Amino acid sequence: MRILIVEDDREAANYLVKALKEAGHAVEQANDGEDGAHAVATGAFDVVVMDRMLPRRDGLSIVQEMRARGDETPVLVLSALGQVDDRVDGLKAGGDDYLAKPYAVSELLARVEALARRRRPGEVETSYRVGDLVLDRLSHTVTRAGEEIVLQPREFRLLEYLMKNAGQVVTRTMLLENVWDYHFDPQTNVIDVHMSRLRAKIDKGQEKPLLHTVRGAGYMVREGVK
Amino acid sequence: MTPSNPFAEGFRALRRLLRTTAVRLSLLYLVVFTAFSVFLVVVVTHDATRILTQQVHEAIDADVAALQDQYRRGGLVRLVYALEDRTRRPDAGLYYVVDTAGNPIAGNVAELPPAALAGEDEEPRPLDYLRPEGGRDVRHVALVRAFALDNGFRVLVGRDIGERERLRTVFRKAFRYVAALMVVIAGVTWWFLSRRVLRRIDEVSWASRRIVDGDLSGRLPVSGSGDEFDRLAAGVNEMLERIGELMGGVKGVSDAIAHDLKTPLTRLRNRVEAALASDDPEAAHQALEAVLEESNGLIRTFDALLMISRVEAGSTLSNVTEIDLVALAEEVVELYEPVAEEAGGALVLGECRQKYVVHGNRELIAQALVNLVDNAIKYGRRDGAAPHVEIRIEQDAETVTVSVRDDGPGVPEADRARIFERFTRLEASRNAPGSGLGLALVAAVVRLHKGEIRVDGLDPGLMVSLRLPKTGSFGRYAIPRA
Repeated sequence: MRILIVEDDREAANYLVKALKEAGHAVEQANDGEDGAHAVATGAFDVVVMDRMLPRRDGLSIVQEMRARGDETPVLVLSALGQVDDRVDGLKAGGDDYLAKPYAVSELLARVEALARRRRPGEVETSYRVGDLVLDRLSHTVTRAGEEIVLQPREFRLLEYLMKNAGQVVTRTMLLENVWDYHFDPQTNVIDVHMSRLRAKIDKGQEKPLLHTVRGAGYMVREGVK
Repeated sequence: MTPSNPFAEGFRALRRLLRTTAVRLSLLYLVVFTAFSVFLVVVVTHDATRILTQQVHEAIDADVAALQDQYRRGGLVRLVYALEDRTRRPDAGLYYVVDTAGNPIAGNVAELPPAALAGEDEEPRPLDYLRPEGGRDVRHVALVRAFALDNGFRVLVGRDIGERERLRTVFRKAFRYVAALMVVIAGVTWWFLSRRVLRRIDEVSWASRRIVDGDLSGRLPVSGSGDEFDRLAAGVNEMLERIGELMGGVKGVSDAIAHDLKTPLTRLRNRVEAALASDDPEAAHQALEAVLEESNGLIRTFDALLMISRVEAGSTLSNVTEIDLVALAEEVVELYEPVAEEAGGALVLGECRQKYVVHGNRELIAQALVNLVDNAIKYGRRDGAAPHVEIRIEQDAETVTVSVRDDGPGVPEADRARIFERFTRLEASRNAPGSGLGLALVAAVVRLHKGEIRVDGLDPGLMVSLRLPKTGSFGRYAIPRA
C-alpha cells in the first residue's frame, strides 16, 4: 500500500515511516501543511495520515479541500488535542478515523490497514469466511465446519468486525469504537472478557484456533498460527 | 510638582476630593435642588405679587367709581360722608380730599405734598406717605389714584401695599431657610454616600486588591440588609469561594500528580536500568515489555486527567442530543455483564417500564455510568465475595436519577465527599488497580450537565446517584433539533 504521512515532528514521522515500511508499505512523508497539500494533490495514495496542527497550514483544511474536489482517499487524522470534541471536528472535516497522540504504533498500523481495506472496491460482501468459520450477514448465522454457533447480537457484531478485518490486527480501542460506539477508555479491559467469551464459542474444542491475541496490540482472526 | 507650594498642595487635595463620587453626587444634588427652589420661589413670589396688585387696583377703581357716584348724587357733602364712613372700616384705604387751594378737607392721611394730587390718574401709582402709628409717623407705601371733581376739588383714593411687601419678605426669608436646608441635606447626602454606600464599594475594591495580591481568605462584609451591596458582596464572596476551591484543587492536583506519577516513573526508570545492566537478552526483552505496559498506563492516566480538565473547563456542552438513559444503561450492562459474571457476581438493570430521556452528551454520560459500574464491580465487593451491582433509573418532574448500587463494604461517611477528588484512593482499595480518576470524571460530567451527585450508604453497600435535568435547565446550551 502507498501511504502518505503528513507530520511536522520529524522524529515521530521517521519512526512511523520505519514501522510502516517494516509492515510492507510504501511510505512518503511531508513535513508541513503546504508540502502535505501538494503531495495529496499530486500523488495517488491508499491512505493519508494527517497531523492536525502543522506549520504553514492546518491539517483539517487540507482534508476539507480533498473532499471538496472529490478525493475520497481515506484519511487518518492525528492530534495532540485528542478528546471527544476534537474527534468530532476531525470527522466532520472529512477524516475517516481519528487517533489522539500519544498513540501506540501498533494502534496506528492497525487503523491504517483497516482504512485501506475499507476502500477496496467491489460489491458489499454478504458473508465472511475464514477457514471453516463462516459468518452470514444476511441470515445472521455463524457456522464452524457446518455446525451452527449461537451468538449474542453483540458477539455477532464483534465477530463480524474481526472477520471483516481478517488477517489484520484489530485493537481493543477499534473494537470499542466500532462495535460499541464508545470513544473513551474504560479503566477495566472489558474487551478482553468479551473476547474470551467469543473465543470459547468459536475455538473451543477446535484443533486450529482462529481467534488470536496479538500481544501488545490486540486481536486477529486468521487461519493458521501466527 | 512642587510639594513646597502649599497652594498647589491644597489645590491637588481639592481636586482629589472633587473626584470622589460622594462629593460629586452631593454637589450635583445641591445645584439641582437649589436651582429648583429658586425657580419655585421666584415663580410663586411673582404670581402672588401680581395677584395682590391686581386686587388693589380693582379695589381702588371700585372706590373711585363709588365716590364719583356719591358725589353725583349728593354733592360734596354726600361724598365727604361716604368718605368718612369708609375710613371707619377696618381694612380702610387712603382717602384725601383737598379744595382748589390745596387745603385738606377730609381724609385719613396726615399730610400729603400737593404734588401728590396734581395729576389725573388713569392707573393707580405708588406713593410714599406717612402714617401715624403708636405716636409717631411711619413711612408707608401705597398705590393711589387721584381725580378732580367738577368744582375743582381733588380726591385721592389709595390702598396701602405694605401687605404685599411683607409677603415678599416672607418669601425671601423662606427661601433663605430652604437654601440653608439644601446645604445641610447636601452635607447629609455626602455623609451618607461616602460613609455608608461608597465606603462599601471601597471595601470591595480593597478586598479585590488583596485577592490580586494573593490573599484568597478575605471576604467582603455582608451587612444583612439584603440591599444591592449585600448581593454584590455575596456574589463576590461566592466567586472567591469557588476561586479558592479551584486554586486548592489545582494545588491538590499538582501535588497528587507529582506524587502519583512519581511512583510509576520510578518503576519505569528502575526497569530500564535493570534491563541495561542485564546481559540476558530475554530479561531485557521482558523489562522492555514491562516498560511499555507502564508507559501505556501513564498515558491512560494523562488522558483521563486531560479529559477531566476539559470537561471541567467546559462552559459549553457540545454534541447535545436526546438520550434514553434506559437504552444507554442497557448498553453499559451489556458491556460489563461478562466482567461481573467473570467475578462470580451479577450486573443487572432494575425494571424500567418506559424511556427516561435527558438532554446531554451521550459519550460523556455513558462514560460516567461506565466509570460508576466499573468502580462498583472493582471495589464494591467484600473479600472473596462476588459483586452484585444494580442500576436503577427513576424520574421526577424535572430530573432523571440513575443510581448504581453495590453490596460491598461501602465508603465511610467521612470519605464520601473526598472520593470525587482527583487521585483519591481510599485505604481499602489502595492495592486494587485504578488511577483514582474515575469518580472525578463522573463528578465533572455531572457538573457540566448541571446535575447533582450523591453518595448513600446501604446496608450493606454503597449507592451513587446521578441526578440529571431532563431539559430546561440547559438554558444556555443549544439543543439541536433532530
